[in-house]
Amino acid sequence: MKEKVIEVRNLIKKFGSFVANDNLNFDVYKGEIFGFLGANGAGKTTAMKILCGLSSPTSGQVKVAGFDIHKETEKVKRNIGYMSQKFSLYEDLTIAENIRFYSGIYGIKPAERKEKMERLLKNLDIESARDSLIGSLPLGWKQKLAFSVAIFHDPKIVFLDEPTGGVDPITRRKFWDLIYEASDQGITVFVTTHYMDEAEYCNRVSIMNEGRIEALDTPENLKNQYSAKDMDEVFLKIARNVEAPPKPSPKGRA
Amino acid sequence: MKQFIGFLRKEFLHIFRDPRTMIIIFGIPVVQLMLFGKVISTDIQNAKIGILDQSHDNTTKKITSKLLSSGYFVLAKELQPGEDVEDVFRKGIVKMVVNFGPDFEQNFERDGKEDVQLLADASDPNTARILTSYAGGIINDYVKKEKLQNIQLPDQINVEVRMLYNEGLKSVYMFVPGIMAMILMLISAMMTSISISKEKEMGTMEVMLASPLKPIQIVLGKVTPYLLLSFINALTIILLGVFVFGVPIKGSFLLLMGESFLFILMALSLGILISTVAPNQMVAMFISLLGLMLPTILLSGFIFPIRNMPLPLQIVSNIIPPRWFIVIVRNIMLKGTGILYIWKETLVLIFMSVTFIALSIKNFKIRLE
Repeated sequence: MKEKVIEVRNLIKKFGSFVANDNLNFDVYKGEIFGFLGANGAGKTTAMKILCGLSSPTSGQVKVAGFDIHKETEKVKRNIGYMSQKFSLYEDLTIAENIRFYSGIYGIKPAERKEKMERLLKNLDIESARDSLIGSLPLGWKQKLAFSVAIFHDPKIVFLDEPTGGVDPITRRKFWDLIYEASDQGITVFVTTHYMDEAEYCNRVSIMNEGRIEALDTPENLKNQYSAKDMDEVFLKIARNVEAPPKPSPKGRA
Repeated sequence: MKQFIGFLRKEFLHIFRDPRTMIIIFGIPVVQLMLFGKVISTDIQNAKIGILDQSHDNTTKKITSKLLSSGYFVLAKELQPGEDVEDVFRKGIVKMVVNFGPDFEQNFERDGKEDVQLLADASDPNTARILTSYAGGIINDYVKKEKLQNIQLPDQINVEVRMLYNEGLKSVYMFVPGIMAMILMLISAMMTSISISKEKEMGTMEVMLASPLKPIQIVLGKVTPYLLLSFINALTIILLGVFVFGVPIKGSFLLLMGESFLFILMALSLGILISTVAPNQMVAMFISLLGLMLPTILLSGFIFPIRNMPLPLQIVSNIIPPRWFIVIVRNIMLKGTGILYIWKETLVLIFMSVTFIALSIKNFKIRLE
């Protein structure tokens, strides 16, 4: 089996009496693109925040990049990248200034930074915009840049929290090209999304509902298992099953 | 350390690129001080008065010229007997009218006393009170010096007034400490809370929290630039006060700067506390404006004396930090007192800073849970 980069065992997170994550168990492997799906309020953002060290679990063991999230938070943080929904660059700074700031946080040496920045700008074909303010760039560029900055320090895992909100399918597809590229370089990608077409792009997806993981497999297997034509249908079937009353339904659970 | 310098670089770029922030930090202090010092002055200067002289004799002329040469009054209208006095008030031509009755000098020489009437526009009670007491003072002074010098009066008690610490009764002396408190609150507390909640709003705070930066480093990085800028502002206000308005610094300059530093720290921790509560910039700004600026102006003793407030408000004023700072600054600048006389106020400020920092840390942890 491949190297595990995320190990979650019996993860429980409660806010008062509300259970946001109810006994989660899953592994994510190196270089994998792992889709983390669920309706709003299903608990996926909570789980992701725990994995990033932004929040601590009520109980359970979580290992990220080989380190315990509770005891070795610092080491975990050095080895992950994070991109929030609100794509996270400073609008009033230029591309170069943003990169400089984030490299500073991760302790990247200036020489290395310069070399990597040239490569990044070339790769995204935005060399001319190096000194443009982020605020003046189109949304698609911003998102690609935010992703590139999130993996600038070569993390083992990058967490993307609904990274493609509000952009058209073509831009989204281009964004996914970047994700594939990162995955090819061995970076594990952990992504939450609303878009079911994006779920198809993942190597494996987990679907959460009301704090529990209801399904976890490759998109292909899930579609077969639920005899659905696409991920959208899989998602709906899971959601309906869970919402059905506790009485045993005549057809049984799928 | 390198991380930290990089952080500061970024913070200063934010500040220097945002015209609104620049105006608040560098424009407002100067404008405020000029406004309060020059325009909203409560000192009386060149108040317009009318003279209704029904006897036109030597004494009334001398008194009139005394009044007009005092610098407090200018003659706006000479009224004629029978003219409607109220009319000139209603038209706003004068603030006060001095009315000498007929045969003023004659009556005065004969009876040794005579009345002069002062009519003042009390729709602005403060000004009316000040104008009448100034005019009364000048007239009495004249009578004493010019008319009674040869007459031996029976035992008499002369009241001699000396205004200590602000002999010229200049209101700018009162405003400089208040404006300092207000500006430092504005920049330290409001700007910090806005700039931290902006990071929350933009999602960049999460990214930093997910990075190897420690929360304390993030907070220090956000706060340090404002600490520096506030300190520069405190200096600017003091220098303007001293060199433009002639406010003295009788006490120790070092102590003054030390106390200002303490007040800035207190305001910064308050700003951090606000940012842990406010979800976005708008809320942070409203909390700062309504919760900090208004009480600073109204309840700190900056403009309205605390002793004249109703008891409940006097009690509330105790939790307004500028209240204590203003006392400290007035003591050091105007009275020249040392730490021995202001240690109580200083302790209050220290206690407030510690409380705000403790509350911020507690709130911050809850948010991370």
